[in-house]
Formats: sequence, structure tokens, C-alpha cells
Amino acid sequence: MDAKKGSWVRIHNIVLKPEDRSPNLPEDTKKVPLEMWDKGFLLNEFANIGDIVEVETYIGRKVEGKLVEINPYYEHDFGKCVPELLYIGRQLRGYLEGSAQDE
Amino acid sequence: MSKDMSFEAVMARRSETMKKAIGIDYSHFESGSIAFDYERMMKETGYSLEEIQEIQKETGVGNTPVLELRNLTKLARKFSPKGKGARIFVKDEAANPSGSFKARRAATACYHAEKLGYKGVIAATSGNYGAAVASQAAMRGLKCIIVQECYDSREVGQPEIVEKARKCEAYGAEVVQLTVGPELFYSFLRLLEETGYFNASLYTPFGIAGVETLGYELSTEFREREGKDPDVVVVTNAGGGNLTGTARGLIKANADTQIVGASVNLSGLHMASDTQFNKKSFTTGHTGFGIPFATWPDRSDVPRSAARPLRYMDRYVTVNQGPVFYMTEALAQLEGLERGPAGNTSLAAAFALAQELDEDKIIVAQETEYTGAGKHIQPQLTFAKENGIEVIVGDPKNEVPGENIVLPKDPSYVKIEEVELDNIKRSYIRNCIKHTKVDRVSREDIEFLIKDTKSSKKFVEGILDELEVNY
Repeated sequence: MDAKKGSWVRIHNIVLKPEDRSPNLPEDTKKVPLEMWDKGFLLNEFANIGDIVEVETYIGRKVEGKLVEINPYYEHDFGKCVPELLYIGRQLRGYLEGSAQDE
Repeated sequence: MSKDMSFEAVMARRSETMKKAIGIDYSHFESGSIAFDYERMMKETGYSLEEIQEIQKETGVGNTPVLELRNLTKLARKFSPKGKGARIFVKDEAANPSGSFKARRAATACYHAEKLGYKGVIAATSGNYGAAVASQAAMRGLKCIIVQECYDSREVGQPEIVEKARKCEAYGAEVVQLTVGPELFYSFLRLLEETGYFNASLYTPFGIAGVETLGYELSTEFREREGKDPDVVVVTNAGGGNLTGTARGLIKANADTQIVGASVNLSGLHMASDTQFNKKSFTTGHTGFGIPFATWPDRSDVPRSAARPLRYMDRYVTVNQGPVFYMTEALAQLEGLERGPAGNTSLAAAFALAQELDEDKIIVAQETEYTGAGKHIQPQLTFAKENGIEVIVGDPKNEVPGENIVLPKDPSYVKIEEVELDNIKRSYIRNCIKHTKVDRVSREDIEFLIKDTKSSKKFVEGILDELEVNY
């Protein structure tokens, strides 16, 4: 058992299968379904990842979908060091000091 | 009996759903042909400038600081011909609740929704507007759903959009995330039908009127501190609402100011393509919105868009991605302001434009936006590299959207590219004919087209002749 009633979870759904999608799409998009993710409190007593479940979203809507994550968290961050950016500040300060240290 | 929820059925109910969700009957303003009464629509369904100032004051929106960028001005002058190099200013819109000028649009939308008795608001947006609606909805005790186009079919999401989702959830909103495709509109309509919430569209008269205070503040503030209006205001242009609202506000203040639109050049990338979705390093402020919304504003989620950039634009320029990232770094390093990146599109253009203007002129980049995890040059360039984009230092004129990002090797390489406005206006007129399928253009239509393209009778009739349309 991965989650129980009240757990904060993320669910996934196929909204439109490729054949049901809008007729005006680029070739690559036409081949894939329209997918959806949402979050909510689990309404089922118990559930495992991969089960079809029902949740109550934060604003109180009820939505069904496949359970994909429990206590979902944000993975975005400030990225890796981008060395290509490092010259900019020194170069610009150099111009203002009148001794260009570019290149 | 349950409703037919297929794509075709939901789309077929679209105008009925929209009427309920906005509370505007757009047919009142229609002529039955190309023309519609734009000013009457803005007047009868929107709010006066004074009312909006009051509404925005209630939730702490607007009256953001204007900052003079002395070091960037000094830098621009090093690369300008003698006597050139206008003073560069920025309006620090990041100081709004939710961190961008979009709070102005959301403030009026949420006020209106509350006044009409809606229980909640829905907006379809992957950008700052979502956070703005969620924040304003929280202040007014409204429920909020934000629908985002966020992922490609590998479930890889743009870091900037993932951050926007986080911010919306922080304000208590539900965020529905979708993969790439225009059927976002279908999901959006389904949610409107299901909840009966208000459509906090970006393109309603009250949304656009919400931005008028920005233009008005610019005029008032510059008259107070410099004794004159700004000479040039540069606006980052995507859906056209920022430009329209700002220009209308300046006009209401009787300002004599040139309005320049600026978009990031993403030409060649298809916006609805699953495989190209994550090849772009900007999710807004780019030509993928700027050009289609200028050439056909009524493509939006309302029958008649209140955002009509061609009415107000004096000049339209593009900048490449590399220079915008470079200017974002410059703003942090020389002015101590960590903002953007997307909102700095107008700043990059202003830096180049300042070099054409005399030293005593004033040029304003009219917005900034908050910076955070995911929404910052480093994660956005990291993401670009992970998606096969090469990041190099050189001449940005060699930049190919979707293949590389070229950071300018020095400030002299921060350049703008002119968009031929007459071509954009021609496409707009062509689209008007195509979408309304009229076989004869009336005198009223011609008057409308002259205003909607800020052109002349001669220009409009010339295009109609070219298109072999009767009038």
C-alpha cells in the first residue's frame, strides 16, 4: 500500500487519444495523446502507484486519474553553472571603469 | 442525460460557454462584418481609469517604482555615436504582488468576477498571468484554477513553467498541467462548463483596461520628476495586451510618446510542435505569440480581443535570445536588479534603441518580472543545453532558434531587427477578409481597419486592391 485516504498525490490522465485530437496539429504532436496532470487529496481508502483513483483537488474539485506520485515535490532549481555567462559581469564593469577586460 | 464531452461537441458549445463565463454579450458591438465598435466595447464593459486605480489600490497593485539605469545608460553611450545615448529607465513591475505587471490585468478580472458573484476564476496560461490571477483570487476569496501547457510527451517541462505552477499552488490555486497542443482550449472549456467559474481571460476589456494604469503612471511620474513624458516606451510584446493597455494609458494622459513593441525572435519554431516545445528558451514575449496575435488578435479565448497592438504600435523590433540573456546578466551586474529573463526583452531592445536617440531623450523599458528557481538565466540555459541547444559567445545574428543561443561577445552586438509593420498590417487585413468571408468591404469596415492598423485610407484601400477585394 503506497497511499491512504487523505494523502496528497499527483494523478495523470489521457485527455484525448491521438485519433481524437484536433485536426490541425503538426505531424509530431498528432502522434501523441493530450495528457494531463493534477494534484489532490486521495479519496480512496488505500491505493498503490498505478491505480486509478479519485482525488479532491485543493479547491475541492473531484478528479479521477492514475496515481503517479505521493507527496509530489518541485524539482526545478537554479540550474547548473553555465560557464559561458561568466565573462559578462567582468566585461561590463571593465567598460565602465574604462579599462575593457573583454575577450 | 450526460453532456457530450468529445472535442467537437465541447468546441461547438464554445460561444455559449464563453458568454456564461465572461458575462459579456459581444454581439452588441458587432457590425455583422469586419468592423466592431472597439471603443464602445472598452467603455461599456470595462472600467474607467479612476475606477481601476481604486480597484488596484485595494489589492496593492500598481504604483511601482521607476528606476533610472545609470550604468546601462553609461554603457550604451560607450557604443553610441557622439551625442547619442538616451537615458534608460525601467518600470519595476516585479514590485507588484505576484511579481509582474500581470497583477494589473488580474486585479480587474478578479474584481469583476467577485462583483458578478462568481465563486471562482479560471485562466489558461503558462506564464506570469497564472500567478497573478491566483494571487488576486486569494485576496478576494475566490477559488482559482490555472490551466497550463507545461510538458512535452516525455513529461519534460520548461523550468520556467514548472516554477509558475509552484507559484500558483503557493497561492492556493489548483493547477491543471497539460502536454503541448492547442486543445488546451478544449480542457479549459470543459472546466468552465463543469465549475461555472469566471473566465479570467487576458483579452477582456477589463483585463486590458487594467494595464492602462501602467501607461498613465509612466506619464505622471515622468512629468513629475523630469518635467516631460518619456520619449520612447518599449513594451515586450506577446499577445498584445501589455502594449495595448500601456499605450491607451499614455493616450489617456495625453502623452506624446513613441510606442515600440519588442519580441524575442523565435522564428522557425512551431509553437504547437511536441518536439520543438522544449527547444525554445523563452516561453513568452516571443514572436511565436507576437506575430500571430498582431496579424489576427481575435484568435484568443474571447470572441473579440481587447488587445489590438497594431492600433497603437509605432515600431516593432525583434531581439535574439542571446542578447536578452546578456542584458539580464547586465541588469543584475551593473544595476543590482535580478529580474527576468523574458521581461527583459524590452530592456535589450531599449539598450539598442537608446543608441539611436539623443542623450537628452528618455527611453523606458516598461516592465520587469520576478526571478526565481527555474525562472532565471542559469536554469533556462541549463535546460537549453540538456535539450540539445548549443550556447556560444559570438555574434547573435548567427543565432538559429532551436539550434543555438548566441551570447553577444560585447555590448555592440546587442542589436535589434526591424519588423516591417506594413507587412504585419497587410496580413492582418488579409486575415480579416479570410475570417469574416465578406465579399464586399463596407465604408464602416474601412474606417475600422484604418484605426485598427493605425494607418490611412490610402494604405487600407491599397491593400484591398492588392487582394482584389471589392469595397
